[in-house]
Amino acid sequence: MKVLDGLKYSREHEWIKVVGNKAYVGITDYAQHSLGEIVFVELPEINAYLDAGDVLGVVESVKAASDVYVPVAGKVVEVNESLLDDPACLNQDPYENWIAVLEIPDDASLDDLMDASEYESYCAGEE
Amino acid sequence: MKKTPLYEKHLALNGKMIEFGGWLLPVEYTGIIEEHRQVREAAGLFDVSHMGEILVRGKDAGAFLQQILTNDLSKAPDGKVIYSPMCYEGGGVVDDLLVYKYADDHYLLVVNAANTGKDFDWIKDHLSGDVDAVNVSDSWAQLAIQGPFAEEILQEGTDFPLKDIRFYTFVPEVTVFGVQAMVSRTGYTGEDGFEIYMPADKAPKVWESLLEVGRPKCLMPVGLGARDTLRFEAALPLYGHELSAEITPLEAGLSAFVKLDKDSFIGKEALQIQYNQGLTRRLAGFEMVGRGIPRSGYEIVDNGNPIGFVTSGSFSPSLGKNLGLAMIDSRFCLPGTEFDVIIRNKAVRAKVCEIPFYRKKYRK
Repeated sequence: MKVLDGLKYSREHEWIKVVGNKAYVGITDYAQHSLGEIVFVELPEINAYLDAGDVLGVVESVKAASDVYVPVAGKVVEVNESLLDDPACLNQDPYENWIAVLEIPDDASLDDLMDASEYESYCAGEE
Repeated sequence: MKKTPLYEKHLALNGKMIEFGGWLLPVEYTGIIEEHRQVREAAGLFDVSHMGEILVRGKDAGAFLQQILTNDLSKAPDGKVIYSPMCYEGGGVVDDLLVYKYADDHYLLVVNAANTGKDFDWIKDHLSGDVDAVNVSDSWAQLAIQGPFAEEILQEGTDFPLKDIRFYTFVPEVTVFGVQAMVSRTGYTGEDGFEIYMPADKAPKVWESLLEVGRPKCLMPVGLGARDTLRFEAALPLYGHELSAEITPLEAGLSAFVKLDKDSFIGKEALQIQYNQGLTRRLAGFEMVGRGIPRSGYEIVDNGNPIGFVTSGSFSPSLGKNLGLAMIDSRFCLPGTEFDVIIRNKAVRAKVCEIPFYRKKYRK
């Protein structure tokens, strides 16, 4: 299982990468692996304001639908529309293919999220 | 949680294990879509040892089965396999099963894993005359080899001419890789293929040998995930979805397996009434027009009014579409009719289409 340094991770297996006041959000390698082949993605509405824990989108494998949650509150400023036609790229490279970009406040706190090594041991505990 | 005799083999093959009907089984090995395509284009090997087997024997075995099953066994020759629902008095379904007729006084019922206990109790409670039922599920293992190359691969392991086993027939004693097995030309994929029944301890040897000789023909192990998408495309019913205690076989589109001209059977009165009055709801297939994958239990509406529910739904690997089976108001079941599926509180457009979604011409 691949975990990238420099990203933050949620207990629901989302990753978040903060650049300035923008937060890129996607699903982790662990998530894509446990889902299996992803065949459908539902994206949030642009300009929607979402709280931490809200549903950001949905990824569906052959067998089941799974919600993707918002790790940090913010406003949706971009969605990755290429996922609509090629959902399987979330399997191929989950860290390259973000789902949405949130605009987050300057004082946004990432303290509730895990860093790479914390997330790695968290996943080991889920096995 | 029960393990089949092939549990260790699944782990060695990197099977992703899940619970199904009280059993630990692989949902996939390399991926549902790849395994699905493999079965359609070459061949796949399934561990279906979780299926229940109930032996019914005695002078009155045939008459007893005629009484508890909706299909008619009276004209079946020895060596025939018959599919039948088994109903409650009210017409709802206890289970759907296969009957293997060995002789007039000897039958084997193959039932759904999760229903084995319930079925056995139901059968015991209704026994009459000179007939006995034994649950032999734990001593039997079952493999299924399915796909266009199934016969060729299985033939490598036996001298018995498999071409002589016709669709929905079986041979009680076939030596397969040195193991005495019962072999039928049956399956749950919409492809040609065989099911192989053998003593539980012999299954690992047959499993290994088949994968070995099947390698040049690209035989691969296939998990429950692809088993479900394969049967779904072929519109083969799955108990708990298209069939249940609340759904009659007529509603599920299985009238060919309900012989209302039989003298009597459990559920006949209720089914006769339903037949005479006409069905108010029935099973239909549909494809999504809007974006979304229908899933079991999703509501179906027409202009906001509930008209039914999804029984099974999936992305279809063979057709590349999002498809569903639904129990809906009979007025909406003609191909071309449109309605909405409620997906996460949103109405998404869908259109009725013909079932099965996928139909292959193969030797019967």
